[in-house]
Amino acid sequence: MDGDAPVSFVIALTVEQALEALTTGARPIAGGSDLVVGVRQGKHPLPESLVAIDRIPELLEMEGTGDGLRIGAAVSHATLEHAAEVVGGYTAIADGAALVGSPATRNVGTIGGNIMNASPAMDLGAPLMVLDAMAELRSTAAARRVSMTELWTGPGETSAAPDELCIAVTLPSRPPRSGSAYVRLEYRRAMEIAVVGAAASVTLDDHDAVTDLAIALTAVAPTILAIHDTDGLLGRPADTILDDVATLASEQASPIADLRAGDAYRRQMVAVMARRAVAAAAGRARGDTIGVPVNRSTGVGAAR
Amino acid sequence: MMITLTVNGVDYSVTVDAGRNLLSVIRDEVGLTGTKEGCDDCECGACMVLVDSRPVNSCSYLAAQAQGRDITTVEGLGTADALHPIQRALLEAGGVQCGFCTPGMIMSAHALLESNPAPTDEDIRIGLSGNLCRCTGYARILAAVAQAAAEIR
Repeated sequence: MDGDAPVSFVIALTVEQALEALTTGARPIAGGSDLVVGVRQGKHPLPESLVAIDRIPELLEMEGTGDGLRIGAAVSHATLEHAAEVVGGYTAIADGAALVGSPATRNVGTIGGNIMNASPAMDLGAPLMVLDAMAELRSTAAARRVSMTELWTGPGETSAAPDELCIAVTLPSRPPRSGSAYVRLEYRRAMEIAVVGAAASVTLDDHDAVTDLAIALTAVAPTILAIHDTDGLLGRPADTILDDVATLASEQASPIADLRAGDAYRRQMVAVMARRAVAAAAGRARGDTIGVPVNRSTGVGAAR
Repeated sequence: MMITLTVNGVDYSVTVDAGRNLLSVIRDEVGLTGTKEGCDDCECGACMVLVDSRPVNSCSYLAAQAQGRDITTVEGLGTADALHPIQRALLEAGGVQCGFCTPGMIMSAHALLESNPAPTDEDIRIGLSGNLCRCTGYARILAAVAQAAAEIR
């Protein structure tokens, strides 16, 4: 890494210390699983100044807020994968976290790093979007909350200013008879990046008709893509809308072709993933036991 | 910058550039060469060490990030005269061929068994999913970890 070494590395123990460092041009580092790995792969040099944010107690907390869940930005994928409040109420996030990299990746990678890195292939992105997550951004001057749609502006790009730090992700409480799920197409079972993926959130009434539906797609657009025009699917049993879900996903995707998959293949496969995500989310809303992650539980993706 | 790293319970004060990865500092400054450099970009797991008991790819983790944390390398598990049960099981089961991946495999397996003393075959596969081996075909490594788990229990 000679020549790319930062000139300074400081460990912040409070949010205020971290925000002060950002005003002087430092970049935040938590696990470094995007930042440092990118350096090793030659994608970019290491920033000249780093502030470590992975020991700030406020960023490591996860707590119920009365009207939802607040997840500190430095909470790891390993924690999200197993935490009872995530698996129980926001299962799609656990599905996504469990698929990230390897155990080592999940130990160091954080929810804040995942969303601020803004990869269109991120595994937490589609789950957070269908669960109406908000990101808390703070600077020395101000604090604000933005939706995921407002946050992501392009591949690797966010609407956050350089002096803003993601402090936490907040999630609203879930209605009764709700379920969520995330599935992805993968060529292997570990150290993989989504070829395409889909998350769904489904709420059912007492007769198993869908009363609320949200779908978001992974790796088929410059950012995580929220599916629109789903209102026409409401009021019907979940298993009768799956063909329409697949059609909407395929129509609204705008995938690229790259070494991982062609654009036509991605467009077809994201329809399959969207269908499976809605089916799994509806199953969970009904109370079916579908393990985390859905990929392993139902054999989606790479063969066992 | 001057940092202190605690490796296998011993404090080492080293002067390193802030951009140095933990792997190179463990090998070249601390002098423990059991931890290997394979791919150097977080794919193969040859560089696996434990940081506060959890597996971390040391090639892509800055040494500065590890200050104040407990680092465990393969040298911290057993000795030639008193092998750790995982090491012994790997030898007995034929889970070692060229041996380059072995230290990383051992560290991942150790972390797994510390947190889950009775892993299923699927748990073992997931626990070792960040470690590549190009020789063995994995079957004997998986068997060795299951054997070690039974022995440790």
